[in-house]
Amino acid sequence: MRLDIILRVIAKLLIPFALVFGLYVQFHGDYGPGGGFQAGVIVAAAVIFYALIYGLPAARRVVPDAVVEFLLAFGVLLYSGVGIASILLGGNFLDYFVLGADPVSGQHRGIFWVEAGVLITVAAVMLKIFYVFAARKRDAGEAGQ
Amino acid sequence: MATGSRSVIILEELTAVVLLTLMGAAAIGVARQRNLFGVVLLSGIYSFLMATVMVVLDAVDVAMTEAAVGAGISTVLLLGAIHLTGGTESKPIHRPWLPLFVVTVTGAMLVYGTLGLPAFSDPQAPIHQHVAPRYLTEGPEKTGVPNVVTVVLASYRGFDTLGETFVVFTAGIGVIALLRRRNPRRTQDRDGEGDRS
Repeated sequence: MRLDIILRVIAKLLIPFALVFGLYVQFHGDYGPGGGFQAGVIVAAAVIFYALIYGLPAARRVVPDAVVEFLLAFGVLLYSGVGIASILLGGNFLDYFVLGADPVSGQHRGIFWVEAGVLITVAAVMLKIFYVFAARKRDAGEAGQ
Repeated sequence: MATGSRSVIILEELTAVVLLTLMGAAAIGVARQRNLFGVVLLSGIYSFLMATVMVVLDAVDVAMTEAAVGAGISTVLLLGAIHLTGGTESKPIHRPWLPLFVVTVTGAMLVYGTLGLPAFSDPQAPIHQHVAPRYLTEGPEKTGVPNVVTVVLASYRGFDTLGETFVVFTAGIGVIALLRRRNPRRTQDRDGEGDRS
């Protein structure tokens, strides 16, 4: 029955590259096209690809629902936290200049953490939406009988 | 040099026209198709064409997002929805002439509205005269980040991006609230009531 061996092997080869590309898009976003939104959807797409080939339960073992739900809120909190931190350090909300030793490094640091927050929330939301869609028939079937 | 850049512009316009024609064909296909599987595949193709148009317009960030979300994740989600609902669209009860009329009139008015806009990529356009020069000259110096798109998105427009992130978060929460009716633990407990409606 294992006629999907080619898919499985190719997926195993491709997923690491997709994840690394996601990280590249995230961290190279300062210099080239990319950033949190793009990297988030690429990372989510890699996990969804894994779920398509290896099945939803396998994907849920790798990235459990609880982790996804935590990250979904954590990204927004991280972004807001950067804003709060800049208030505590004596600036305005989301005023990155105060975050580092000098204004330029403060800006750089602020942008880095803000983009990290965007990445985390976007990836988690995309993944969670896929999870609830894909699990719906299964859960409904269990509940029905 | 001048002729070279001009032929590049002509080539770009030709590519855009071909891509937009193909997108129109895909859209007509979506409207006429009754098999929803075909509709989903056509809309995936439409998104890929849209992403390519964005590359032609030098908006690589948007192209990346469109390719990953529009062609990738949305297609998977729509296929999941077909799996839940069944694969064919029922025939419409009446001929939708009124919606067609409304859509045509709105489209014609939008096209009429574009006639008043400045020419595409005109450097004298008001939008390129306001804050854009300041972002382009000051941004990389003040932040140490050479990519102006990232600077504007994360720093100058940090509030907007925070709002967008909250929108994504709220959308996720909304989908969870709608689709996850019962938590898995209660399903295992089997309370027998079965409150699906």
